[in-house]
Amino acid sequence: MATAQVVNVTLPSLPEGWSAEKDFKAVGTLSSASQRNLEPVGPHFLAHARRKRHHRTFSEDERIQAQHNVKKTEDDEDDDISEPEDIGMLSREAKDWKSQDHYAVLGLSKYRWRATPDQIKRAHRKKVLRHHPDKKAAMGDRDENDNFFKCIQKAHEILLDPIKRRQFDSVDELADVEPPSKKEVAKGKFFKLWGPVFESEARFSQVQPVPLLGDENSTQEEVETFYNFWYNFDSWRSFEYLDEDVPDDNENRDQKRHIEKKNANARRKRKTEDTGRLRKLVDDCLSQDERIKKFRQQARAGKDKKRLEREAEAKRLAEEKEKARLEEEQRKKEAEEAAKADREKNKKAKEAAKNAAKKNKRVLKGSVKDVNYFAESGEPTAAQVDSVLTDVDLIISKIEADELAALAERLTAAGKDAAAVKKVYTDEVKRLVDASKLKEGEAKVFA
Amino acid sequence: MSEPNGVPAEAGERFAIGISFGNSTSSISRINPDGKAEVITNEEGDRQIPTFLSYIDGEEYHGTQAKAQLVRNPNNTVAYFRDYLGKSFKSIDPTPCHQSAHPQQSDSTVAFSIRDTESETPNTVTVSEITTRHFRRLKRSATEYLGKEVNAAVVTVPTDFQDAQREALVASAKAAGIEVIQLIHEPVAAALAYDARPEAVVTDKLVVVADLGNTRSDVAVLACRGGMYTILATAHDYELGGSSLDQIIIDHFAKEFIKKHKTDPRENARGLAKLKLEGEATRKALSLGTNASLSIESLTDGIDFGSTVNRTRFELLSGKVFAQFTGLIDGVVKKAGLDVLDIDEVIFSGGTSHTPKIANLTRNMFPEKTKILAPATTAGSINPSELAARGAAIQASLVQEFDKEDIEQSIHPMVTATPHLRNAIGVQFVSGDNLDFKPLLHAETALPARRIAQYSAPKDGGDVIVRVCEGTREIKVTKPEPKPKEEKPGKTDEDLDGSDFDSDEAEEEEEIREIVWKTEKPIAELAVKGIKAGGKAEVMIHVNADLGLQITVREVGGQNAVRGAVEAPKTVENGSA
Repeated sequence: MATAQVVNVTLPSLPEGWSAEKDFKAVGTLSSASQRNLEPVGPHFLAHARRKRHHRTFSEDERIQAQHNVKKTEDDEDDDISEPEDIGMLSREAKDWKSQDHYAVLGLSKYRWRATPDQIKRAHRKKVLRHHPDKKAAMGDRDENDNFFKCIQKAHEILLDPIKRRQFDSVDELADVEPPSKKEVAKGKFFKLWGPVFESEARFSQVQPVPLLGDENSTQEEVETFYNFWYNFDSWRSFEYLDEDVPDDNENRDQKRHIEKKNANARRKRKTEDTGRLRKLVDDCLSQDERIKKFRQQARAGKDKKRLEREAEAKRLAEEKEKARLEEEQRKKEAEEAAKADREKNKKAKEAAKNAAKKNKRVLKGSVKDVNYFAESGEPTAAQVDSVLTDVDLIISKIEADELAALAERLTAAGKDAAAVKKVYTDEVKRLVDASKLKEGEAKVFA
Repeated sequence: MSEPNGVPAEAGERFAIGISFGNSTSSISRINPDGKAEVITNEEGDRQIPTFLSYIDGEEYHGTQAKAQLVRNPNNTVAYFRDYLGKSFKSIDPTPCHQSAHPQQSDSTVAFSIRDTESETPNTVTVSEITTRHFRRLKRSATEYLGKEVNAAVVTVPTDFQDAQREALVASAKAAGIEVIQLIHEPVAAALAYDARPEAVVTDKLVVVADLGNTRSDVAVLACRGGMYTILATAHDYELGGSSLDQIIIDHFAKEFIKKHKTDPRENARGLAKLKLEGEATRKALSLGTNASLSIESLTDGIDFGSTVNRTRFELLSGKVFAQFTGLIDGVVKKAGLDVLDIDEVIFSGGTSHTPKIANLTRNMFPEKTKILAPATTAGSINPSELAARGAAIQASLVQEFDKEDIEQSIHPMVTATPHLRNAIGVQFVSGDNLDFKPLLHAETALPARRIAQYSAPKDGGDVIVRVCEGTREIKVTKPEPKPKEEKPGKTDEDLDGSDFDSDEAEEEEEIREIVWKTEKPIAELAVKGIKAGGKAEVMIHVNADLGLQITVREVGGQNAVRGAVEAPKTVENGSA
């Protein structure tokens, strides 16, 4: 409560003899306070919270708030919409409004197409306050010339009408940013030089937002989107503003139509030119874009890498195959050698067996010879010898090698005892007959 | 808090309204372009939207439509759920829900089993979800009315709302797409709704806010000091409210019905629901007119019932309930350690406050200087049903531009917990031959505080002494016999003062009770010399949070000022002003 409340009571008179330094005397202190929670509600609490949080006293807070309020109102009036007006512009003829720069007239040339309707309104108001013919008259300017005021009004009319503003913006070359030359780009400021070009061209796009140039770190996808967008640019730019005036009288209809046709053709031509211009611009940019080269290299590097990999793989496969083949050969060779050795071994064994059999046969034959072909006395008859030998041969032919060896052993054991030898033979024949290798009665002597 | 760099972009994103979320009715309000708080109607034209949700075949009904479902579709109608929010099943009182969907335990919270989809099987819907749906409907109503999406709100809560309840409320509102900027207490919202009126003057006063709802009544004593509010005491009665009065109407008509038809309509659930619905309407009608009728088709057994009741009858029957209301108010004043004489204002809030008898009875309880702000006693009082919502809207308009962080910091206990003066501080003055005391800063003033006042100098000017003292008030009881009235001090040189009520009371036979100020402890003395005849002295007292004082006295229109500082009690250094 900054205002004083008036209390209708009378203060007591100063008692006699009261004195104090500077007329002030502290005689006591307050009793202790009680802690309570304030309800955080209402404007006065907000003020309290502000004071407490910023450690301000009442008077400080009041002062700061007052300053704050004053500043606010100033902000509303003072604005960045103030540009010096050049003499040339002030002395323009209102009737050639087509060639005038409406933004400059309102002092918005640094905003141009970016100026908001609100800015335009405020700028217009400011200009009107300064350049109204009545103001000039009041300042003692006898000159009846209100050309600049008319310029202001025209600029206001055009810029606040969205259709007319677009028509003007379409041909507002002062807002264009010239594309850089190759030489400039070669110095290595590609993004810095081309970026603003696309930013300014983007204003014509029907589709917003427009992908912008980006920087050297943009991904391939971003770059591709960017170029795709700009190659398929959908522009609202139109060229009505540059139309030749169509005569408004009804006197010459043909003339009127002729001019209308001419205008339409001119618009079409300009539009085509503009599309071409933009295309060339994007072409130029693309050709100078280091990122494209980088991506190509990356792609190539990727391809090469693949090829090398493939080759390496093939080589590896071939090597493996070769190795397998060599191993196979080795194995074959070894097998052959083993077989050969085997064969030789068999041969030797066979020979040994043959020799043994020969020896045994000799033993057999010798044994019958030793016992004198079982002749009781004297020389055995030829027939006797023959029959015994036939039987021995028969046994030999029927008997296996090992059995032969066993037989030979037994015969050797039997020695020269004829009966024993005969018994050995008879047993053998019997065994052979049992094993049905001999037929009963085939062996005559040893039956 | 209102930093100069409050960027409007941030504020533009937030579009806030005030919501009063009551147990039985809710209201939404906003600040209209004229800067006045106004309560918004929903699609059906209701300003008090019943806090009811009802479901039939998967279709959701809200507000009045849902309330009407209590008769035919009570099991799928959810009502009186505000107080269940953020509470465990053990701690809730399910009584109000007797005639609607019953609360059930679900994990740690309360839920309702309702058929809220087209399928036949009931779903268990938690009270948080119900609240979210309710908020969604409120948001939709406000958005449709205002034509701009509402995404934030200040919501009022009772003073006894616990942290868990607050959190649950904020979460439910968030789920409904409403950012709760701040939760404010209902009585404070009501006081703010009155104090924010353009004609209101910021004064130091003690206010009783009686929030009489349908199912419960809450009364709070607020100290309003320089526009800042401190709650001194609260009292709650969870069973007393409009429904207690409805019950009287119901019983009255039920008896009449029994007399005629020999059946008790209250025994039939549907009959009771109908009686309750219509009884409430009748009770409300009695607040406006002296007669009200009730007519119910097919109350029970197909019998139509129609009857009337007049206000006197109703007031006679409700005597006991009214006494409970006044008892509650009286109790809270005592609880705050105050006397009815201390109270400057009684604000009636909540739907039941429309009942004229409650306001009239309260009028008799308090001295005449106390303003009783209810429709029955004060012309031009604000509709009690709208107070909380309006207060919330005013607060919403004040804080909606601030950052969330900013608000959080400002409602932090660091800022809200403040020392309050224990005793009044004032200046001694002459009354007749004696010295008397008049407070300049009242007790319970939040510190730091500053007050400026102008005092008259003696008629012929000269030197005066300003003696700053602490004072206490005492209740002086005077019997009428010995002296008709004590000479009111300070009457000599004043013409319009609030003291003329003494003369009226003098005629009455009752004992006279009045407040007398006593000088307790002198703090400082200042001398102002050479005041012109008829001049005035302006005294500015600034009390720091550490109880140090700066006192400045100067003659109005004069150049010279006398300044001095009184140190804080405990050797704490004084901050310089």
